[in-house]
Amino acid sequence: MSLDKNGIAKRIARELRDGYYVNLGIGIPTLVANYIPAGMQIVLQSENGLLGIGPFPTKDALDPDLINAGKQTITAVPGAAFFDSAASFAMIRGGHIDLTVLGAFEVSDTGDIASWKIPGKLIKGMGGAMDLVASARNIIVAMMHTNPQGESKLLKRCTLPLTGVGVVKRIVTDLAVVDVTQQGFKLIERAPGVSVEQIINATEGRLIVEGEIPEITV
Amino acid sequence: MNKVVNNAREAIKGIASNMTLMLGGFGLCGIPENCIAELAASDVTGLTCISNNAGVDGFGLGMLLRRHQIRKMISSYVGENKEFERQLLSGELEVELIPQGTLAERIRAGGAGIPAFWVPAGFGTEVTEGKPVREFEGKMYLEEQWLKADFAIVKAWKGDTHGNLVYKNTANNFNQPMATAGEITIAEVEELVPAGTLDPNHIHTPGIFVHRIFQGTNYEKRIEFATTSEKQ
Repeated sequence: MSLDKNGIAKRIARELRDGYYVNLGIGIPTLVANYIPAGMQIVLQSENGLLGIGPFPTKDALDPDLINAGKQTITAVPGAAFFDSAASFAMIRGGHIDLTVLGAFEVSDTGDIASWKIPGKLIKGMGGAMDLVASARNIIVAMMHTNPQGESKLLKRCTLPLTGVGVVKRIVTDLAVVDVTQQGFKLIERAPGVSVEQIINATEGRLIVEGEIPEITV
Repeated sequence: MNKVVNNAREAIKGIASNMTLMLGGFGLCGIPENCIAELAASDVTGLTCISNNAGVDGFGLGMLLRRHQIRKMISSYVGENKEFERQLLSGELEVELIPQGTLAERIRAGGAGIPAFWVPAGFGTEVTEGKPVREFEGKMYLEEQWLKADFAIVKAWKGDTHGNLVYKNTANNFNQPMATAGEITIAEVEELVPAGTLDPNHIHTPGIFVHRIFQGTNYEKRIEFATTSEKQ
């Protein structure tokens, strides 16, 4: 049974370590915040100028001056800090963020990522994605293994405009956990009940499969 | 020293067609609402606007777009505005999309007198086109240059009569770097106080950067995506 978006988020949450500073992109990545292990201290960074994103506010506590990078209203946790956009990206570009999680349209087997533009259809801009993928210490992509047309999103080469080159380290999809290595994609784990063959068929890029592939446990 | 003006109309005096403006804000958070409304009511046109986003239809910079006052946008993300998309796809509006961090740093560099610097964002993508690239300690970087504006228009929470500014929460964003990079910087504030009121240890923008300041009025502070949870 392939993972749903919460299952993907839960699996990515297992990559967190106590004390990590983390940036979560919009979409599936934001759900990772719901699965931070009990007792683990994670600080979430919002690129528009906040360290210490808290839960969404209750209706009576809505503050128009307190939003995340997706323009949703949020709260700030005790120990939070506010700062300007230049300082925010100095934090990102200076390699101080431990983990970035973001979605993608395509990932190549050399770690390229295309996540921001579909020529002729979606040209909204890259926001902070290029900065994040160019400088985060660790980059995990959260996405479906195939697109709505059933085509693989794990490719030999990206066909869409790139967000970054050779930057992705790990991909968690509805079907599998896949790492990017010098020799291409490497299958690490498979979703419960999903076969290795199913994953091979859904992966267009080079995929190394070595030994017994364990199931994802969440 | 007299930086205080009475309102947005006085503050924007001298902004003319075809100028380059910087406008603070992230989405609709921290936007200089009064100055934008005043500009939208004026005959100024052919503007190049440097702003992280383009407002929403009918509010924020959307007001200037609707009246076709903007010739070119320099932004990092312009997603929430149908009119923007339409003008972009039709060719009426020129758009330069820049990675958000690079945009912030180009503006900061403009205010700080740094003409060029190296960043990794966008290496290997269309952002690199036409720019020098160079390796530092085994990693590839591209050269980016400063951004400056004829007028920088920022919004702050509190300001004093010397132009010192304090921002609130995430309404700081691009306001702080932009305040340094305008040939003339206009600040609209929610609360204008006499010099000496603000704690010097807690100033975000020292007054040296600000040329005109006024007490703003009637802030709508629209929320794009009100998102709530049942309990905290």
